[in-house]
Amino acid sequence: MSDVVAGAPVTPGSAPAIGLSPFRASWRRYSRNKLAFGSMLVLLLIALACFGGPLLFPFGTEDADFDNIAAPVNLFSIHPFGTDEFGRDLLLRVLVGGQVSLSVGFVGALAAVIIGVAYGATSGYFGGRLDNFLMRTVDVLYGIPYFFLVVLINLLAGRTVMGLFVSIVVVLWLTPAVIARGQAVSLRHREFVDAARAGGMTEWQIIRQHIVPNSLNVVIVYSSLLVLEVIVTESFLSFLGLGVQAPATSWGSLIEDGAANLETDLRLLLLPCSFLVVTLFCLNFIADGLRDAFDPNER
Amino acid sequence: MLAFAIRRIIGAIPTLFALIVISFFIMRVAPGGPFSANRKLTAAVLENINKAYHLDEPLWMQFGRYLWGLAHFDFGPSTKYMDYSVTELIVQGLPVSIEIGLWAMLIATFSGIALGMAGALRRNGATDLTAGIIAMTGIAVPTFVIGPLLQIVFGLQLNWLPIAGWDGSFAAKVLPVFVLALPNIAYISRLTRGSMIETLRTNYVRTARAKGIGPHRVIWKHALTGAMLPVIAYLGPATAITVTGSVVVEQIFGIPGIGRYFVEGATNRDYPLVMGVTILYGGIVILANIVTDVVRGLLDPKVSYE
Repeated sequence: MSDVVAGAPVTPGSAPAIGLSPFRASWRRYSRNKLAFGSMLVLLLIALACFGGPLLFPFGTEDADFDNIAAPVNLFSIHPFGTDEFGRDLLLRVLVGGQVSLSVGFVGALAAVIIGVAYGATSGYFGGRLDNFLMRTVDVLYGIPYFFLVVLINLLAGRTVMGLFVSIVVVLWLTPAVIARGQAVSLRHREFVDAARAGGMTEWQIIRQHIVPNSLNVVIVYSSLLVLEVIVTESFLSFLGLGVQAPATSWGSLIEDGAANLETDLRLLLLPCSFLVVTLFCLNFIADGLRDAFDPNER
Repeated sequence: MLAFAIRRIIGAIPTLFALIVISFFIMRVAPGGPFSANRKLTAAVLENINKAYHLDEPLWMQFGRYLWGLAHFDFGPSTKYMDYSVTELIVQGLPVSIEIGLWAMLIATFSGIALGMAGALRRNGATDLTAGIIAMTGIAVPTFVIGPLLQIVFGLQLNWLPIAGWDGSFAAKVLPVFVLALPNIAYISRLTRGSMIETLRTNYVRTARAKGIGPHRVIWKHALTGAMLPVIAYLGPATAITVTGSVVVEQIFGIPGIGRYFVEGATNRDYPLVMGVTILYGGIVILANIVTDVVRGLLDPKVSYE
């Protein structure tokens, strides 16, 4: 990040100390935002519970406890949130479902951002006919309703977690591409890029070392929203029965189970719903905080 | 103006064509045909089926046939509901989707603008706070969570409304319309609030005040027209999406609209149905975007038609 130019306007109240890189300054602004910082801690806690928690259980997600079928909530028993109608531990299933939802969300967003930034930065940096062609393609793809495309690709890829992941990434890289392209266009004629070219850097080196790092400020803000979008899309598809298939599970498919049994047992719906909703709220607050911290011109 | 509209329509043709090509070829290479599911069919029967659905022809001929059909609003036969064509299924489902979609958008537009205005005029007041909470909930909590929760509260606990089902009665429409409206209320109120606050600071509003125009007239006539531009930009595509049926809401409440056909089609591998709904939906969304652009141009002198 040493190449990043300090172009951020210095606002009186939050003037960064001398020698602080823009990234560090943004981070400092972010961590002062209590809501955003707290949300990040809560999200970390949820992730920790989902990935570490299942190790503490002496049984697996599919293990039926026939002595305790549809056990009620009892925080001091072996099944703290009870079991479902097959005797499977509910809390464990929600935690393991969270592994799928969270990893599809974060890895999916990361993949979409990498593809999008590479595409957009290339397009914007070279400009001209290549830019025209690449961006026309994005325009055409943008016009296609995104949910329907995800379902089509998901049918093609087979209804697995991997297929779900691929179909979401294929559709969601478009916006990061447009954002990165906008940045690249505005950076391409800046002095430090000319200097790099004069210094003998190849075009690809310039894109990698100057264009991409300088686009990151804006891209970071968007990626937090993208994580949110991927998680919602995944849950949404699984809820409709088009995503993760049994025995694999995710918050979306658990909510579907819960909604189907809503007349007999509310816990089945409420527990996965609460996990999902808390996660989504956290991601929203984090995105807001990141926007304030990294993009001071926005407000 | 007219030239702009025509140019936008011509520009939309590649998008629509790409949508048709992508959905057609994805559906052809997707694993498991509609007839591979049940029992083994004899070779002769299979051959006859292939002939009846023109599956024995080369791919480009099938594609040409499909395009030709589309030009006549013929989306081909459904492979699950054997006696129906996709067009017939769409004609059955679309009015239902449009009905709840239009109600939802109507409610969302009025209450969203009202909440947003109230928030902008009395910033940080009680109404602003409530509107903020509603907006946050509507944006962060997905419909497939809100739907079942409302079913529990109003259907199961209070017993005021039916949990699901569609008999055309008013009570059956309340929950689906509300769930469909909520995210739109959220976005519209946020957009209205933001753009109203900005508009109240602009020079032309200050000029209007300086001329001695009353505060109500300034807000309702001068500021509101200006503040509505981003809302209109949102309303166009959002209406298209809502009216063509929310897949989730139709699924949760058991509403026989086209959104539910889409999900059923995808689970049953009824490819013509999935394609038909996708293309119809894509076409409507693309059209709505064009209409929105043209309307924005009419209202906003700053939009140029280059």
